Amino acid sequence: MPLLEVEGLTAYYGQTQALHGVSFALEPGGITTLLGANGAGKTTTLRSICGMVATEGAIRFDGEPISGKATEEIVRLGVGHVPEGRGTFTNLTVDENLRVAAYTRGDKAAVQRDMEMVFEYFPILRARIGQQAGTLSGGEQQMLAISRALMLGPRLMLLDEPSFGLAPLIVQEIFRIMRRINSEAKVSMLLVEQNAALALELADHAYVLETGRVVMSGKSSVVKSDEAIRKSYLGY
Amino acid sequence: MEQLIQQIAAGLANGAIYACLALALVMIFVSTDHINFAQGELAMFSAFLCWQLLEWNMPFWLALPATVLASFALGVGIERAVLRPLHNAPVLSIVVVFIGLLTIFNSLAGSIWGHTIKAFASPFPRVTFPGSGYFGSHQVGMILVTVLLLLALFAFFRFTSLGLAMRAAAQNPASARLSGIRVDWMLALGWGLAAAIGAVAGTLVAPVVYLEPNMMAGILLYGFAGALVGGITSPGGAVAGGFLVGVLENLVAYFGNVLERSTGLYIVGNGEKLTVALIIVIVVLTLKPSGLFGSVIVKRV
Repeated sequence: MPLLEVEGLTAYYGQTQALHGVSFALEPGGITTLLGANGAGKTTTLRSICGMVATEGAIRFDGEPISGKATEEIVRLGVGHVPEGRGTFTNLTVDENLRVAAYTRGDKAAVQRDMEMVFEYFPILRARIGQQAGTLSGGEQQMLAISRALMLGPRLMLLDEPSFGLAPLIVQEIFRIMRRINSEAKVSMLLVEQNAALALELADHAYVLETGRVVMSGKSSVVKSDEAIRKSYLGY
Repeated sequence: MEQLIQQIAAGLANGAIYACLALALVMIFVSTDHINFAQGELAMFSAFLCWQLLEWNMPFWLALPATVLASFALGVGIERAVLRPLHNAPVLSIVVVFIGLLTIFNSLAGSIWGHTIKAFASPFPRVTFPGSGYFGSHQVGMILVTVLLLLALFAFFRFTSLGLAMRAAAQNPASARLSGIRVDWMLALGWGLAAAIGAVAGTLVAPVVYLEPNMMAGILLYGFAGALVGGITSPGGAVAGGFLVGVLENLVAYFGNVLERSTGLYIVGNGEKLTVALIIVIVVLTLKPSGLFGSVIVKRV
């Protein structure tokens, strides 16, 4: 059974239709990427899954229908969302940011273990633990955002442009850790990226969105070698 | 000199009440960006509740927690029943609702308990202690209870995960939801806490100003002034601002009287306390719009 199924998803911002019946499915354990230009509906799709925009159509997480549910209830099922703009609690310390993310979990020992896991992935956060999170650099805040999603103990992680505005070296570092999180912590991922080359390298499956519709899907290796994709998104 | 110390002591005692109200205002403001104009009337209503319990011969130290609990429930109830349905309403609608709540609780108290002024006995025993020439025992009690309340609240927000979740929800509701926090309930909880703090303030100040439906009108203004001077975004600042306004208003009257006695010139006195306090507020806000202790957020982009 797919971990996440989206069927005929439509979404509106006021009068403007942002999604025109998007359908896709995610197998558990993998990394899937949604590619597309600005305004194709990538972020809207992620926000729809988390109940942050009003939608029509079916969304099922692990077989359970989740469309129409409140964001916090969807999150509690094990969906970690690393939002656009990172969503840092700027006035809280790094430590508090991480503990907020684990707020819903009762098993304190497991939370402590995950805290250690996070620091192992991103040692810089341990060094910054008592610092006000708003003072972190962009890369550190992105690491914190991924760590917050991880502290939920998620089965699925939705990542909205984790490379945005970051130096290439930092991006490589973050993507390397994302692969480790996927394989070691057994977290499936749905990745939205403008940087198609990077995303196709990490993901094993890709969907291409154009103006609110899925226009192509397949294994990353297949999508990568597609002539049209190569020209429009990879630029060579 | 002795009179000056007495004035400062009285100022601190009143300031404790302003600090409570300022804190109650800030608690709702930080999570909703709204100033609850009905905060004072809620506190007054709570004071009446406590008075009623005392009339039914409940001992004060049982009546106070009962009142605080009931006020907490009332605060949560108002948020859920009245404000929740309006969460997307324009600011002006919310302001009208607050004014509506203000008049409702004012006239409700009037119709239940009447408009005649009632005495409210001080719960604190009259004892002599070092410095009791300067401080009345009720004043000391007011300050002590307030400080304990503030410390308890500080510990709650600083050290418990629920307190942390409330801070997170106030600061970044979208991210809080993505952390699985039920933000709506955090808002209701904030309302409950604000009403509970107000209940303590109302009950403590009732023996000083006497009990009647309009007793909190002026006090809310001072609390508001305290919150603004200290920084409406900063709970600690609001508390400091409350104490500051309390001491300031008394000092203004004191030095006005001194001036009058020595030169015969009357500029300010007891009647102008509020005016001068508000002028000071305006001056502070003109020079430092975020308030004296308003948080300046360090942010790197």
